Amino acid sequence: MAIFLTGQSRVMIQGITGSEGRKHGARMLAAGTRVVGGVNPRKAGQTVELNGEAVPVFGTVADTMAATGADVSVVFVPAAATKDAVVEAIEAGIPLCIVITEGIPVHDTAEFWARASAAGNRTRIIGPNCPGVASPGKSNAGIIPADITSEGRIGLVSKSGTLTYQMMYELRDIGFSTAVGIGGDPVIGTTHIDCLRAFQEDLQTAAIVMIGEIGGDAEERAAAFIEQHVTKPVVGYVAGFTAPEGKTMGHAGAIISGSSGTAQAKKEALEKAGVRVGRTPSETAALIRDVMRTL
Amino acid sequence: MDLFEYQAKELFAEYGVPVQKGQVASTPDEARRIAAGFAAEGKPLVVVKAQVKTGGRGKAGGVKLANGPDEAFEKAGKILGMDIKGHTVHTVLVTEAADIAEEYYLSFLLDRANRAFTAICSVEGGVEIEEVAHSSPEVIARIPVSPLTGVDHAKAAEIIAAGRIPERAAEAAATLAERLWAVFTDEDATLAEVNPMVLTPDGQVLAVDGKVTLDDNAAFRQEHERFADPGAADPIEARAREKHLNYVKLDGEVGIIGNGAGLVMSTLDVVAYAGEQVKGAAGAGGGIRPANFLDIGGGASAEVMANGLEIVLSDPAVKSVFVNVFGGITACDAVANGIVSAIGMLNERGEQVDRPIVVRLDGNNAAEGRRILNEAALPVVEQVDTMDGAARRAAELAASVAKGA
Repeated sequence: MAIFLTGQSRVMIQGITGSEGRKHGARMLAAGTRVVGGVNPRKAGQTVELNGEAVPVFGTVADTMAATGADVSVVFVPAAATKDAVVEAIEAGIPLCIVITEGIPVHDTAEFWARASAAGNRTRIIGPNCPGVASPGKSNAGIIPADITSEGRIGLVSKSGTLTYQMMYELRDIGFSTAVGIGGDPVIGTTHIDCLRAFQEDLQTAAIVMIGEIGGDAEERAAAFIEQHVTKPVVGYVAGFTAPEGKTMGHAGAIISGSSGTAQAKKEALEKAGVRVGRTPSETAALIRDVMRTL
Repeated sequence: MDLFEYQAKELFAEYGVPVQKGQVASTPDEARRIAAGFAAEGKPLVVVKAQVKTGGRGKAGGVKLANGPDEAFEKAGKILGMDIKGHTVHTVLVTEAADIAEEYYLSFLLDRANRAFTAICSVEGGVEIEEVAHSSPEVIARIPVSPLTGVDHAKAAEIIAAGRIPERAAEAAATLAERLWAVFTDEDATLAEVNPMVLTPDGQVLAVDGKVTLDDNAAFRQEHERFADPGAADPIEARAREKHLNYVKLDGEVGIIGNGAGLVMSTLDVVAYAGEQVKGAAGAGGGIRPANFLDIGGGASAEVMANGLEIVLSDPAVKSVFVNVFGGITACDAVANGIVSAIGMLNERGEQVDRPIVVRLDGNNAAEGRRILNEAALPVVEQVDTMDGAARRAAELAASVAKGA
């Protein structure tokens, strides 16, 4: 079945006429994603050619949904315009909005999250500053390379992009149900816990890999959730043991302040919940291989 | 970006949050001159405060009361140049001393767990606030603040009441809270803290100390550059920033270049782990550690790779370099070509690439990328196929160079 994104998903792109929107729109199409349309208020009524296919451009998210039945939006608009784009998607009531854009002020993210909550969480937000969602063999929404892995039974949730790709590639022979890059910002729409819950319920997923990194306490909360609610085996990895206190390393969320949020604290919390935690990405891949063999 | 106390107070003053008068000095003479100014206004009592971006200044002896210009000179002389938790004191803030009747606490911050904002308020303010939070959490009020409704005067009054701020200070404290919220939202802060928020005997409420953290992602719509502290940045970090590279200097011997923040962070860990083992095996003193964080991003062009190598190699502590790339959308053949032309570019620029570079390519077109590097037969480049193996090799090379030197 996969989670969040299936072969039936009808994907639209906000910012489809920009360079990122076009580039990744073409890649998504090539990966078999049903890209049904996009938004640019100034180019409504035109089309964008992606891989030789003419994709219609609409003035609003609501128009695109009405005309194409889109139920997933992938957002590539620049950071300064992202809040308005996501608020528009929420107001149109699209079920899933994946925000790829990085560098969004956290006050903007907090505001669109509050709006999504106020609207009754009809719209699931993934990201911002994330690589998106890939359900191999079915659909790919975002910037995850489509050709590095295969379809299978591992579910993957990660804060980091390239680390996600690394894991998908190392385990390409076993394959994935869905890989979700939830993003490394301090405020994100979909959390580790949301993904763990969905993977636990998903029939295709047999085991789960969870990749975290320093900053915040999302992994600690995920550990508590696993202990209570997840019966499928979970293998974990945490990046940032060597990161010095108070230094930002690329992801806005990856800032350690004080003792909480360290990689060590996260590793311990996960292990206490019965999660086997790898010391390196390769060791983590070896652990999940072990798990899959015994299933 | 964290602000110095004096910068936070400048912002507070712009938004009408009451603060004491004060000026910054970088020499004892300047401190004397500032104190003389206050003395001329009939306020000889001043406080000399170390300006460092860390807590515990008072306990470290970085905050001193001075009576008159000569004492200010003397106290500033003692504080300037002090080391407080690894931060050298380059400037002091000289303020008029406040008459303190009571000390409270107030802050607004980003609450990651709840994906919203939180106000924290307590009648028990001052330097012991963290201990209070542990010993009697019930006196510290945490009030959620919706990004949609924010803090108006009624909400500010609710926060102040929840913190059990006494009636005699409540109205002035609520006004301060409302203005502090304006600092927090209008300046795109992730923290705006007043500790202590002081009630003076004549009924005024003042921000006597403040901490503000600004969101770097909001730089495009704010004028935060004025708070930048170019003196504090490591010179290599400063040059990296000019080249738009995401580089952080660390103390170690293995230079690191990778694509993607998570992968690079993971690379640091794997190198540190390998470094411990290499040290154990060699029995040498001092482990091998990563020398930096450098994320060259997804699309690693030859020029970006050349700039990255140049920056990493400009650190004299670097004994070997580990280039760890996962080929996703930018496939490994393109990355390999980038490495080859980067080294050519550096040689042309006259930057001798004289230290070993261990390259690990994985992902899309990895085989083709490895072939390109093999055929280029660059003497400084060595390929290892796995991340763990490459980390170990880079650590070994750094250890042997370190020993030879």
